[in-house]
Amino acid sequence: MSADIKADQVLDAKGMNCPLPILKTKKAVETLTKGQVLKVETTDPGSKNDMNSWAKRTGNEILSVEEGSGTFTFYIKKTA
Amino acid sequence: MEQKKMAIIASKGSLDMAYPPLILATTAAAMDMDVTIFFTFYGLEIVKKGQADNLQVVPLGNSSMPMPNIVGALPGMTAIATKMMKSMFKKHGVATIGQLLELAKESGVKLIACQMTMDVLGIKQSDIIDGVEFGGAATFMDIAADSQISLFV
Repeated sequence: MSADIKADQVLDAKGMNCPLPILKTKKAVETLTKGQVLKVETTDPGSKNDMNSWAKRTGNEILSVEEGSGTFTFYIKKTA
Repeated sequence: MEQKKMAIIASKGSLDMAYPPLILATTAAAMDMDVTIFFTFYGLEIVKKGQADNLQVVPLGNSSMPMPNIVGALPGMTAIATKMMKSMFKKHGVATIGQLLELAKESGVKLIACQMTMDVLGIKQSDIIDGVEFGGAATFMDIAADSQISLFV
């Protein structure tokens, strides 16, 4: 679970709609070094599938996804 | 993984139809694709200086609008529909056309304006925003021939 995942950076994308959560995630991941972890919070229900597709296509790894009260929390490890 | 390419034609200049090419282009760029948008006919409105955030949605002749056509034909209805759509986008956290255009440029999306339709519509190169190249059908086809994804909007 995410309790033991340490985020190197946090991105608040709550309230943003497609495609902004993905565009902001891409920008944030670019500022990390390989192996670092980005925590992203979203409220866009489409972001769950979008984030998976984005990670698959860019070769980054989603370590964990949490859902709770309309918010999605992703932990993404920069592996590309 | 070999870099994928996408080539899009943007041929419409209404507020609603300016979104699909820009959403797909910015997203594809964020997914490490090499993206080109070719602006032709009314799509040129999107890259005209000062126009990106002044595009309008036209209710007349649009059967999906929640109003009868005769109402959509009344003076001022285009402005009202545009205002309503913009406020809906804002409420739902959707970027504006101007923001998406900036994000597209920032992420390296190549923008090409169709020189022939510019000539026909009386649009000068100086009327077009910076960072846009000019070309014709052959320019687009050369890029499209190497693209895995090619869309006409």
